[in-house]
Amino acid sequence: MVSLESLIVLLPLLGAVIIGLGGLANAAFRKQEGLIGWLASAMVLIPFGIVLTRFFGYQNMPLSFSLFSWMQAGGLDISFSYKLDDLSLPMMLVVTGVGALIHIYSIGYMHKDPGFYKFFAYLNLFIFAMSNLIMADNLVVMFLGWEGVGLCSYLLIGFWYTDMIKAEAAQKAFIVNRIGDFAMLVAMFLIYQMFGTLDFSLINAEAANPVAEAAGNRYFWITLLVFVAATGKSAQIPLFTWLPDAMAGPTPVSALIHAATMVTAGIYLIVRLNPLFLASPEVLMVIVVIAALTSVMAALTAIAQNDIKKVLAYSTVSQLGFMFMALGAGAFTTAIFHVITHAFFKACLFLGSGSVIHAMEHAHAAEDPQDIRTMGNLGKDMKSTSLTFWISTLAIAGIPGLAGFFSKDEILSSLFFNGFENQVYFAVWAVGLFTAILTAFYMTRLAWLTFNGKARYKTGAHIHESAPLMTIPLWILAVLAVLGGYIGLPYLIGHGEFHLFNHWLGDLVVNRDLHHALEEHAVFEYLLLALAFIVSIGTVLFARNLYSKHDLAADDKVKGFFGKFYGVMAGKFFWDELYDTILVRPFAWIGSKLLRPFESDGVDGIVTGAGSAVAGIGEVFRRLQSGLVSNYMVLISGGVLLVLTYLIFG
Amino acid sequence: MVEIILFWLFSILGIAGAVGLIFNRNPIYAALSLIINFFSIAGLYLSLRAEFLAVIQILVYAGAIMVLFLFVIMLLNLQTEEKAEKFDAKRGIAFLFGLAFAAEMIYALRSFASEGQTPLAAQFDYGQVEPIGRSLMTSFLFPFEMISVVLLAALIGAIVVARKHTYT
Amino acid sequence: MMDFFTPNVYSYLAVSALMFALGAVGVMTRRNGIVVFMCIELMLNAVNLALITFSRMHNDPAGSILVFFVMCVAAAEAVVGLSIVLAIFRNKLNIDINQVNIFKW
Repeated sequence: MVSLESLIVLLPLLGAVIIGLGGLANAAFRKQEGLIGWLASAMVLIPFGIVLTRFFGYQNMPLSFSLFSWMQAGGLDISFSYKLDDLSLPMMLVVTGVGALIHIYSIGYMHKDPGFYKFFAYLNLFIFAMSNLIMADNLVVMFLGWEGVGLCSYLLIGFWYTDMIKAEAAQKAFIVNRIGDFAMLVAMFLIYQMFGTLDFSLINAEAANPVAEAAGNRYFWITLLVFVAATGKSAQIPLFTWLPDAMAGPTPVSALIHAATMVTAGIYLIVRLNPLFLASPEVLMVIVVIAALTSVMAALTAIAQNDIKKVLAYSTVSQLGFMFMALGAGAFTTAIFHVITHAFFKACLFLGSGSVIHAMEHAHAAEDPQDIRTMGNLGKDMKSTSLTFWISTLAIAGIPGLAGFFSKDEILSSLFFNGFENQVYFAVWAVGLFTAILTAFYMTRLAWLTFNGKARYKTGAHIHESAPLMTIPLWILAVLAVLGGYIGLPYLIGHGEFHLFNHWLGDLVVNRDLHHALEEHAVFEYLLLALAFIVSIGTVLFARNLYSKHDLAADDKVKGFFGKFYGVMAGKFFWDELYDTILVRPFAWIGSKLLRPFESDGVDGIVTGAGSAVAGIGEVFRRLQSGLVSNYMVLISGGVLLVLTYLIFG
Repeated sequence: MVEIILFWLFSILGIAGAVGLIFNRNPIYAALSLIINFFSIAGLYLSLRAEFLAVIQILVYAGAIMVLFLFVIMLLNLQTEEKAEKFDAKRGIAFLFGLAFAAEMIYALRSFASEGQTPLAAQFDYGQVEPIGRSLMTSFLFPFEMISVVLLAALIGAIVVARKHTYT
Repeated sequence: MMDFFTPNVYSYLAVSALMFALGAVGVMTRRNGIVVFMCIELMLNAVNLALITFSRMHNDPAGSILVFFVMCVAAAEAVVGLSIVLAIFRNKLNIDINQVNIFKW
């Protein structure tokens, strides 16, 4: 019996199959853009509706359902079972909600693209994989979704695969992700070895058991490997290099997959396994340090980029760093909180940038439609895009009252109060604060250079606002970027009484207990809030003044401020070059040396040897085929005799 | 007593016919030997009280099929098969195999030689036309119909294969 | 003495086996296509004899009916086979099966 919940998983898959096969089979179907687009959107909207009803009718009882048993071997019993609980419900709301908006936006964005049907088939497939990832009740089904979103990411980055650069970016994303996936597999093996099960609930129950906790850091390797897997999917040092390149895909894809949903999979997974991580503080320390480094590095890089999508991509890496910092501080609910608010404003920013690129392309306003140096004053002609982009910019910059403020402040304060236990967190907090300043700065720079100031595109080019199909999702996301933060009011207000989100997650996700530090050092809470106010507003105003006064020339002032270091920032800290030198080229060299002995002589030799051996044997035995009936009869009789002899005497 | 005589007469005659078939180099003689063999088999059927099949054997085999064979042999005006070369290993092996086969079969079937299983003592209800016809039209109706299809197909097939191709 | 001569199931089966073996030897040794064909008919008849023997032994009609069908199939086979022989003769001007070996390696 198919329950209503199972439609959440099945409908997107159905959509992908119908659209994909229909488009493959029928050229006329491919041209039905309205039909394809709205069908695909419906396949996400209906699940969104179902999730919404389940969310509001939630009775603190996880809704489980199982489709069928996948594999059974000994004690291992893996079935396609899903669970809608405290954690997966809000995540599914974000994925299907933002996903549906982006589907609708894409109908406008992908208009007249020859691969229209393919795009929507992939998008639906992605939603299917992502639902699997989030709702999975065990690690294997989760891993299926994990690989599935990786595949969709690959397909969509390389969507315009005739462009070699884009195809290579897709390959890069796939291969870099593979490293993380390998770590994930090994982690799963270790988990099975240690717990004898792959069900999340059983693992967590075992890990939360205080007796097991006392046994020391048995979980060190598991959690470290899960974290490595997460760095691959969620773009942290050292595996983040694929994400900036992933911007080669269509912009809605960047918004959906590479900003709002897929890249948060690593964070989701760690939160899902939070008892394991709470029991291994060393790994939390590793996470928080790496996250801080990633975050500040990406923010510095973003300042020196001129491609609108590259800036947003590094901003995403930086914000993911924030989320990991929260994880490292043991503030798991805060990380998910930031995942959700970030999904709203970053999706809005990406869709806004897509709207800009769309307009620039159609007006043939510049050589490179993504270069902010050739934009400027677009806000005059693109009111909706400009306004929503600014709202989201202010949200991500942490302006008080908008969504980003609440979640980012919560992350910083949890880092700070962890500092009373372990001084390292103070340093991380400082780095986080610095990153927040940088974030406010580069986002203001991006928005200002794009929408305000002097027009730098070709004179005479007519920039048009995008169609309502594209601006309506922008507005919805902008509204969410404003309101999204109010589900989590700071601890200061009623001692966390009004932090709805924490209450929601409270049963399932256990944060590191900071009550003590919070009560003892309550005064710092006020100071931190005040600091957040000053820093965010101050930085935004500073950047706005700088760029409104000097326009593009303000970049030179920034260059002067950073000195030689600016070259490193513009060069993206040379990670690609580093990997190229220490990994890619040695491999290529070894490969070229080993090609002849192994490939041509060894493997090919065996293969051709097998072939010629068969040919040689055939050369001998085909003499049996004399074509003479009597010979065959003799052979048949011989065979019959042998069988008879065996039957009688054998 | 009659059955004993019938059996020995016809089995010896039948085997002689078979030997004549495989050793006569003239195909006409070979065919005539085969006719002798068919008649003897009909006689053996009679000794088994299968009167209907004995008649059919003579009608269909000795009467129709063998006449067809003879007809074709005469039509083609076939020469006598020339004597084989001095020594043919295949020929030797063939005889050896035949001998071995017969020996093994006779050895394997020896359990039927035990007492009380002589067929002539038992009653046989299905030798007449009526019971056979009844079976054909009841239990074996479907294969009976199928056989007519096979015969039709053979009829058409023979015409198609044997006619002169004009390739127009 | 009389017992030895009284035919039983075994006697018939032995005759059948002998005839079958003779037919097989004929198929293996003869080169004339029509004679080979006749040898096959001989083998069919040997089997028929065994079938009727069993039918008689069990007092069961199935064996007899099967013989009836075998005869029908043999008739069909003779017709088709002889027309093939005719076709071969038309192409090669003899029916020596040792010369019909175009399926040779």
